[in-house]
Amino acid sequence: MAEPILEVSGLVKHYPLTQGIVFKKQIGAVKAVDGVDFALDKGETLGIVGESGCGKSTVAKMLVNLEKPTAGSIKYKGEDITALSGRALRTVRRNIQMVFQDPYTSLNPRMTVGDIIGEPYEIHPEVAPKGDRRRKVQDLLDVVGLNPEYINRYPHQFSGGQRQRIGIARGLALRPEIIVADEPVSALDVSVQAQVINLLDRLQTEFELSYLFIAHDLSIVRHISDRVGVMYLGRIVEIGRDAEIYDHPTHPYTQALLSAVPVPDPEAREHRERIILSGDVPSPTNVPSGCRFRTRCWKAQERCELEVPLLAVPAEFRLMSGPAAHDSACHFAEEKQVVPPEEPGRQQEEAGEHGNGPG
Amino acid sequence: MLLEVRDLHVEFRTRDGVAKAVNGVNYGVDAGETLAVLGESGSGKSVTAQAVMGILDMPPGKITGGEILFQGKDLLKLKEEERRKVRGAEMAMIFQDALSSLNPVLSVGDQLGEMFTVHRGMSRKDARTKAIELMDRVRIPAAKERVRQFPHQFSGGMRQRIMIAMALALEPALIIADEPTTALDVTVQAQVMDLLAELQRELRMGLILITHDLGVVADVADRIAVMYAGRIVEQAPVHDIYKAPAHPYTKGLLESIPRLDQKGQELYAIKGLPPNLMNIPPGCAFNPRCPMAQDVCRTDVPPLHEVDDQRVSACHFWRECLNG
Repeated sequence: MAEPILEVSGLVKHYPLTQGIVFKKQIGAVKAVDGVDFALDKGETLGIVGESGCGKSTVAKMLVNLEKPTAGSIKYKGEDITALSGRALRTVRRNIQMVFQDPYTSLNPRMTVGDIIGEPYEIHPEVAPKGDRRRKVQDLLDVVGLNPEYINRYPHQFSGGQRQRIGIARGLALRPEIIVADEPVSALDVSVQAQVINLLDRLQTEFELSYLFIAHDLSIVRHISDRVGVMYLGRIVEIGRDAEIYDHPTHPYTQALLSAVPVPDPEAREHRERIILSGDVPSPTNVPSGCRFRTRCWKAQERCELEVPLLAVPAEFRLMSGPAAHDSACHFAEEKQVVPPEEPGRQQEEAGEHGNGPG
Repeated sequence: MLLEVRDLHVEFRTRDGVAKAVNGVNYGVDAGETLAVLGESGSGKSVTAQAVMGILDMPPGKITGGEILFQGKDLLKLKEEERRKVRGAEMAMIFQDALSSLNPVLSVGDQLGEMFTVHRGMSRKDARTKAIELMDRVRIPAAKERVRQFPHQFSGGMRQRIMIAMALALEPALIIADEPTTALDVTVQAQVMDLLAELQRELRMGLILITHDLGVVADVADRIAVMYAGRIVEQAPVHDIYKAPAHPYTKGLLESIPRLDQKGQELYAIKGLPPNLMNIPPGCAFNPRCPMAQDVCRTDVPPLHEVDDQRVSACHFWRECLNG
């Protein structure tokens, strides 16, 4: 296999907690990201899912250099970008662009759409000579499905979905190879979400983009991703191809997460087993010893308290070839199907179901 | 019927013009039943609920027509004082954002207890005991200790439980939950929805669940009312609607969501945008976005056609939609 376009290893971000005003001393740390490894291939989409506070957005920020990692490396085409500065860093950043979650706050209300999309050219003037910029911006508007004549309008004149298209156009302006999209559709209405997802799909083929797609909505991540990583409390607990994760999850957290997602099919409510986790995610300032999921895990034993499970193919699946043999950080990994397989009796007629209490 | 909304109209008079937020909504809920009101932002689903609760901001809002019958009485004809007795005691509401709906400077025990001191005239001490009971009931661990804590000391899921506890305090006959789990993570959402469904069953309450999430609806609802531009475009038992929608908007929504259990091809996308409520298109409000629209859709507002005795659709071509 060719070298991945982006390779992250041992990525850590700790935010220190300090006490005292004059003599600050560190009393702890918010361990937002605590050892993350993954690789992204050219033209591939890697989805990262997890609940709020799991560190997925912090990972995104470190990839585009909005945050400096505490430890670890981010290799872009083999070169560690965390050590770069100045001109070399700028060249790399040109190739890794970001699309933000909230199209209402990520666009400057006092700038016209043309200025917003064209701003990257101010920083990277080598990409487009001055006289050419307006035309380039209009092309970009066209590419994301907006009328090129809107170039002089302001963000407030657009709907949420249109604004997200503007955000995407800005991300594309420098013709990057990698786009980091942090919850790009979660602020949008259902009927508009589909438009934006289709747009991202189309752009990926058109510009040969690699996506790191971060979201909490597991259905959307499955739709768009080739591979999926599940994060919990600053670490990836399971990673694999989309079918491996969704149809053959082996980590209990992934299983619980998948089983909790409401499926838009009322027939499924009768024959679906749900794993309802107790309690809340522990605070990242005080991460449990051993496996960080053990405080909510129904399988937890003494070993989980003592030994940190590594993200690797679990021993029991190592000799198998099959969808269950993928990286999963659990001492007691076992396969469990929690998402009902496709079309299980969705066509089956069953009568007299109405009026029953909620199932 | 526990609650029946009949031909409700609500407008907002703003400097820029009149926004027609609700344009003739009819729905009803029975005791023990869950009605899901599904719609996108601006569809009028929350405004209708606020009118039912009597917490609509007036002005700029104005109820311009219709009736809201609750246990046979028209709430719109009651004086504010009588209305206040209904609110909280007979019907209660759970809001989306628990952090901003709870008072940050009162302990949760005081806020829960207030229900009993205000509505039932209990002493503060008894009210405190009741508050602890309620917190136990919504399964907040260590209720006795936590009753003194303030909202910011609770996690999002726990805060939403406190909201549920507050709504349930006086055992109302009707609960309106406006996007109760939208701000929560999936694993916590499942806990909270489960709890709500269980308590509803236990107390045989009517539940109006306002949401945009087709997954949550499929999990808990008995019936669904789909709203678009201030009208109900389709109302049906939950199984029917997912099996075969009778309105192109419902159909478009169902087809446009990615699914967990299958890797889709290109998603179907409803083209265009929801209409501006100050300028709703003539005829069927959905016609500019509808793949099935004909000339009649651009001129005539479709009436609510009876698809069967439990089901209505506001589409001129509901038959075609149902069959294809």
